[in-house]
Amino acid sequence: MKKYMLDLIIKENKQLSDQYSLLILTSPEKLPEILPGQFAEVRVDGSATTFLRRPISIHYVDYELNELWLLIQVVGDGTKKMAEIEEGKSLNMLIPLGNSFSTPSNIDSKVLLVGGGCGVAPLLYLGAHLKKIGFEVNFLLGARSKADLLQLCEYERLGNVFTTTEDGSYGEHGFVTQHSVLNSSNFDYIYTCGPTPMMKAVANYALKTSANCEVSLENTMACGIGACLCCVTDTIEGHVCVCTEGPVFNITKLKWEI
Amino acid sequence: MGNLNINIGKLQLKNPVMTASGTFGYGTEYSDFMDISRIGGIFVKGTTIRERQGNPYPRMAETPSGMLNAVGLQNKGVDYFINHIYPEIKHIDTNIIVNVSGSTIEDYIETAEKLNYLENIPAIELNISCPNVKEGGMAFGTTCLSAAQVVKEVRRVYKNELIVKLSPNVTDISEIALAVEAEGADSVSLINTLLGMAINAEKRKPILSTITGGLSGPAVKPIALRMVWQVAQAVKIPVIGLGGIMNAADAIEFMLAGATAIQIGTANFIDPTVSIKVIEGINDYLDRHGFQSVRDIVGALEV
Ligand SMILES: Cc1cc2nc3c(=O)[nH]c(=O)nc-3n(C[C@H](O)[C@H](O)[C@H](O)COP(=O)(O)OP(=O)(O)OC[C@H]3O[C@@H](n4cnc5c(N)ncnc54)[C@H](O)[C@@H]3O)c2cc1C
Ligand SMILES: Cc1cc2nc3c(=O)[nH]c(=O)nc-3n(C[C@H](O)[C@H](O)[C@H](O)COP(=O)(O)O)c2cc1C
Ligand code: FES
Repeated sequence: MKKYMLDLIIKENKQLSDQYSLLILTSPEKLPEILPGQFAEVRVDGSATTFLRRPISIHYVDYELNELWLLIQVVGDGTKKMAEIEEGKSLNMLIPLGNSFSTPSNIDSKVLLVGGGCGVAPLLYLGAHLKKIGFEVNFLLGARSKADLLQLCEYERLGNVFTTTEDGSYGEHGFVTQHSVLNSSNFDYIYTCGPTPMMKAVANYALKTSANCEVSLENTMACGIGACLCCVTDTIEGHVCVCTEGPVFNITKLKWEI
Repeated sequence: MGNLNINIGKLQLKNPVMTASGTFGYGTEYSDFMDISRIGGIFVKGTTIRERQGNPYPRMAETPSGMLNAVGLQNKGVDYFINHIYPEIKHIDTNIIVNVSGSTIEDYIETAEKLNYLENIPAIELNISCPNVKEGGMAFGTTCLSAAQVVKEVRRVYKNELIVKLSPNVTDISEIALAVEAEGADSVSLINTLLGMAINAEKRKPILSTITGGLSGPAVKPIALRMVWQVAQAVKIPVIGLGGIMNAADAIEFMLAGATAIQIGTANFIDPTVSIKVIEGINDYLDRHGFQSVRDIVGALEV
């Protein structure tokens, strides 16, 4: 897929909480084709300590409205500057980067999308894509507390939503991998993104239940386009770049201890 | 419109702007963003005699105005390059130069010998910042003796332009430059990365899997500029300057300090089209100052 360097304009910056912002971007030109699971390398201006671009997942694309959504979780100065950007300003980004989630060949496959924290970001677009093709979509979303479960209505539009919170303030109490739906249902395809311990626990469940499982990794990156080899993960084929061969990997390819 | 053509020994460049090894892949990674044949030259990834997996992740740490890397020369080896990569890139209408790395002198010799026969590889760049495993891991480029030795041996087998890339992790870089010039280097390029370190205080752990790594980016520019100036004063062969170049002004500074051409490394990560902007910026500078040719600014610093 051809990659572009684009200046996208902030149409809306919805501050969802003090930690999260939803950026809705647009462009005078038609947005390029972007697949679920792909990401952008965003340049951060006006941050003295942010030198490199920041990889950010594509949260959602609305081709009719020509909108691209990014979900930003503030963890340092780069994400802080992004989260605070004013409407009308633009963000420079390299897009679309990386591979994408695969689509099950059998339309009757039961699919589960498991997200934790900001890892939910790529799952919204994936869910929309799977629903459009005709899959029944199930989301299992986990967070620390109710305030961290963002925009549930967006997921509810697309399918069934199961939730857990670590403090029990919403949904079932505990981690995503403790949710009762995992005992009551069987899934053929599981997609997951979030903190590594969570993804490993999900991968473990997938292996036990013989489900196909894809994880989206968040290794630190410099170039984002396969030129620097800084972002590698260890696979059965040796070190490969997460920015080009990933960020989505089938767990059977990774050398994870699960 | 000034004339941007310039030569490094027998190597003819359409302009003095090239991209640095390890930061530009094999060139094609960038071809969606620009016409890469407009660049004066592309220094491809560090290539070794056998495949190398490189260091474990994490290999990168961002630092104020720069980054540390510990990639560890991950590459598929020179034979894979010759059979699979070279056929894909040999038609690109610019100079493709292979950066050669090794752990022993024999590694360098064998790799250079194989590259001798590739019609569209007009030069190699010897990366002598690599640890010499037979000498307890001390980098070849950190003593005059070992730097001279590796250049002497490679010179014997390699017939095209031999560029030697110098390590800045030395007390006197001019001495090393003189030593490799004496053994037949056609030109020198500098600087490679500066040895540095980053720590995660919260975790009380080093950030890089290798603890230390190579610093690059604008943080190193003043040091690189000083070293280019010193080496250009010392040697007669052409000098290629690099280290922290982010824009045309930086590039021009290196040329005024005595560099015949320059390379852009880390800046490619921030703006993949930066090299084209630097070419245009140099052209604009020549016009504004009434220079006919970019050759007129090489070493034109007034002190
Ligand atoms: C493919 C991919 C997709 C991503 N998608 C999103 C997204 O949709 N939304 C979002 O908010 N973030 C996403 N991230 C993570 C985001 O890139 C980092 O949080 C961001 O780079 C941090 O920048 P900063 O300047 O705010 O923090 P920094 O000051 O750089 O770092 C703050 C702290 O976070 C840690 N950190 C930084 N980057 C990472 C990382 N990649 N992995 C683990 N720890 C890290 C640092 O070690 C440090 O402790 C994604 C990362 C990748 C690789
Ligand atoms: C990720 C990365 C990988 C590199 N790999 C190599 C390499 O394989 N061989 C080499 O001689 N230099 C390598 N370098 C050094 C650069 O070519 C260059 O000398 C250095 O980064 C300074 O220039 P800059 O500040 O413009 O990046 C690498 C640098 C980076 C950042
Ligand atoms: S970030 Fe440079 S190769 Fe992946």
